Amino acid sequence: MKKRNIFAGLSLCFMLVAAGCGNNNAAVNSGNATSTGNAPTNAGTADSKTYKIAISQYVEHPSLDATREGILAALKDAGLVEGENLKVDLENAQADPANNLTIAQKIAADTNDLVLAIATPSAQSVVQALSKSSKDTPILFAAVTDPLDAKIVTDLEHPGGNVSGVSDTNPEAINRLMQFIATQFPNVKKLGIVINEGEPNAVIMADIAKKELDKHGIELVKAAITNTSEVKQAAESLAGRVDAFYITLDNTVVSAVDTIIQTANDKKIPFFSSDRDTVEKGAFATVGFKYFDHGYQVGQMAVDILKNGKKPADMKVTMQEKLDLILNLKAAAAQGIEVTDAMKKEVADQANNIIQ
Amino acid sequence: MYDSMLGAVEMGLLYAFMALGVYITFRILDFPDLTVDGSFTTGGAIAAVMITNGYAPWLATLAAIAGGMLAGMCTGLLHTKGKINGLLSGILMMIALYSINLRIFGGKPNWSLMGDTTLFSSINPLLVLPFIVLFVKILMDLFLRTDLGLALRATGDNARMIRSLGVNTDNTTILGVSLSNGMVALSGALITQYSTFADSSMGIGMIVIGLASVIIGEAIFGAGNVFRATLAVVLGSIVYRIVVALALYVPWLRPSDLKLITAIIVIFALVFPSIQRFLKQKNMARKRSLELAEQAISSKRGGTIDA
Repeated sequence: MKKRNIFAGLSLCFMLVAAGCGNNNAAVNSGNATSTGNAPTNAGTADSKTYKIAISQYVEHPSLDATREGILAALKDAGLVEGENLKVDLENAQADPANNLTIAQKIAADTNDLVLAIATPSAQSVVQALSKSSKDTPILFAAVTDPLDAKIVTDLEHPGGNVSGVSDTNPEAINRLMQFIATQFPNVKKLGIVINEGEPNAVIMADIAKKELDKHGIELVKAAITNTSEVKQAAESLAGRVDAFYITLDNTVVSAVDTIIQTANDKKIPFFSSDRDTVEKGAFATVGFKYFDHGYQVGQMAVDILKNGKKPADMKVTMQEKLDLILNLKAAAAQGIEVTDAMKKEVADQANNIIQ
Repeated sequence: MYDSMLGAVEMGLLYAFMALGVYITFRILDFPDLTVDGSFTTGGAIAAVMITNGYAPWLATLAAIAGGMLAGMCTGLLHTKGKINGLLSGILMMIALYSINLRIFGGKPNWSLMGDTTLFSSINPLLVLPFIVLFVKILMDLFLRTDLGLALRATGDNARMIRSLGVNTDNTTILGVSLSNGMVALSGALITQYSTFADSSMGIGMIVIGLASVIIGEAIFGAGNVFRATLAVVLGSIVYRIVVALALYVPWLRPSDLKLITAIIVIFALVFPSIQRFLKQKNMARKRSLELAEQAISSKRGGTIDA
């Protein structure tokens, strides 16, 4: 009986190995095709070479999904189409740290022309796994708040090594939003923030905001949460004590942003956020960008590496470039805000960034 | 493929400490301890903060074990002295640890150890890990054979009996849960050094991995005695990681299926023994009915009909 036990376990493993090997052979074959350049080509694609890239995404999340779509769109615009001359190995750890490491090891073991990592933990483990396997596959990261603090790169201007990418936090965006609040809302003396202090990006952004607010004599009042179900209570606890709401790119809080919008509308409190998507949902204003654009920027770097032979070592780590003030007029009405011409004047792209 | 299998074995060995910890509470003490999700991060946090501040990696690892044991001790105290239900005391400690871990992290929930000296920076983990795991496993086996260890095992089997022999089961429970969480924190500290970063969310889902390792190990390798059971747990941890790593290579699986795979692996490991039993019984029944039929035939041939 015990023998049979072992046999069963082995057969389970064997089944998976068989499945794995089958797929692995395919990968090897495509690798050969890449090196010899006789991959099947479709009419209409300028490039006869088939590229293989891997994407490690930490968790399913609207912003991170949009980033991934942006990356693939940039590749597509450059003639690299998934399923034609581009093989994409997409992995998602579903916020499980152990799976995140396993995925990084798998990516390091495979042969790829380029590896993309979306979010800080993915980038950290991919960089580590590839450096261990001593391959110099180029790595690009996206949606990382502070690549220096996470030690993904040691220098933003000249990353060296094989890692570069785009950070999704431009301190300038936070500073501009805080200045906007200080100048246009003189009656705001206390700004309330709902925050999960377990998220590195949220903590870093809140610190930047606090520094800027100190200059204007505005106090940042924190309400800490640990999961989405606590967000409503935190927002309501702030409602009586603060003159406006603010949230960072805090994954937990953004996931439950609807409840904050509700509270802001009920209690007539102006609500400022950190990304365009939440303003479209019903926050009043942000200085920011679309995550799709963020991904697109990373995708353009990917094209440079794949098609133009650039090396990450010479590509400087950039911040999100396209920043603009984004206002939602419907939200303004709901939160009892009078949108003045001075506010509208601060929006550069009025056609797209003033949401009716 | 081969490289990622090696990586899976390394990770299986690293998580084996955690699985052994879960084995102590789950199987030996019969105590469903959910502190694990918190104490794993505690180990990682202590190791990360100490190593970045220039302490020796081995010292940081020992401190992590101590931190985990302290957390386990609190759970044990809540359960035994506070008379709180075991499941609940674990949950309470787990959520308390979330905040405590953030305190340890000093308000910075992600610490990177890139470039710092860790236990694995000058040595291939695969060369040392099997020996460390084996060493800890044997140490645990030996401990479970001492009088104290036997008292611990008896606490899970039959608390009333061992109390009648004058053993304080409160103390053995506290000790067991402490040891268990010390092991879990050791695993967290090693994983942090292996992956070169610690994150406030690194312990999420650990109890599931631990239970899966224990159950898979027992189903495949059997759990005849303590020596064999602990070996099964270590191997179960490795098998679990290998299966997850292999699942990434299956072309028709989507990334979002990972959690489902975990569930299926555990269900398979749990259901498999009973399917085996069922088949065995069916076999026996068939044999028995054949025997009876044969008997009936032979009795017809040679026997006379009793009136």
